Amino acid sequence: MTRFYEEETLGSLLRMLPPAPEGWVQAAQELPRARQSLDEIVARAEADLEFRTALVADLEAALAQEGVEPDRHLIEELKRRFGS
Amino acid sequence: MSSLSTLTDAQLAARCRTGDAEAWNELVERFARYVYAICSKGFHLRDEDAEDVFQEVFTRAYTHLDKLRDDSALRPWIAQLTRRLCLDSISRGTREQPEAEPRAEDESSDLEEIDEAFAVREAVTTLPEACQEILDRFFARDQSYRTISAELDIPAGTIASRIARCLRKLREELEGRSEPSTGSRE
Repeated sequence: MTRFYEEETLGSLLRMLPPAPEGWVQAAQELPRARQSLDEIVARAEADLEFRTALVADLEAALAQEGVEPDRHLIEELKRRFGS
Repeated sequence: MSSLSTLTDAQLAARCRTGDAEAWNELVERFARYVYAICSKGFHLRDEDAEDVFQEVFTRAYTHLDKLRDDSALRPWIAQLTRRLCLDSISRGTREQPEAEPRAEDESSDLEEIDEAFAVREAVTTLPEACQEILDRFFARDQSYRTISAELDIPAGTIASRIARCLRKLREELEGRSEPSTGSRE
């Protein structure tokens, strides 16, 4: 069934979808890279007790030392995995 | 317009599943406004909560894409994920929610309207680029004639008539469709 639109209605509908904040979009687009960092960190922590201990003691410092930017979502995910 | 923007939702989901980073960028680009609108206009979440839900939606979409049984159902799947996470956010109530909680029937009508808006936006992508640009700037980005005129280097006096012309094209495009409200690229 064809729906008929008034131009005013179209304008209102177009206003319903403003752009999401650029930073949010960028963070979501970088997810694959962030997940890869996460997987690498987890794998290393599982294999390297010293690294795991440092990670649990001070997550952000351990990541910074490895040159990984301590992104909030990455930190939360690691805290969840390692209970630090 | 990138070539990926012409892919159907199903094709895009399949490309993302192969680990194609450009396809993932397009998926986020395609659904970012939709997810944002559900969080902010559908459920009236505060910015901090909306951002958490927004990131969680795309994280789950990325990690669970292989569980999507029907790739053409990508949009409803993302919508459902977003709605569920918005409700979780509200029920956790970790941050103060807006003073007036929307009633369930208002919420449902807002969500229907967002779906309709998404379908209209999909139709906009079929218009000439000049129309896409001017409609997006004027309506979605709420830019003034003066800003549009300066940024697109067109006389301010012609903007209203350009917008009217583009809206007419959009209406013709929508009225030529048989099912305008599904909002998916199928």
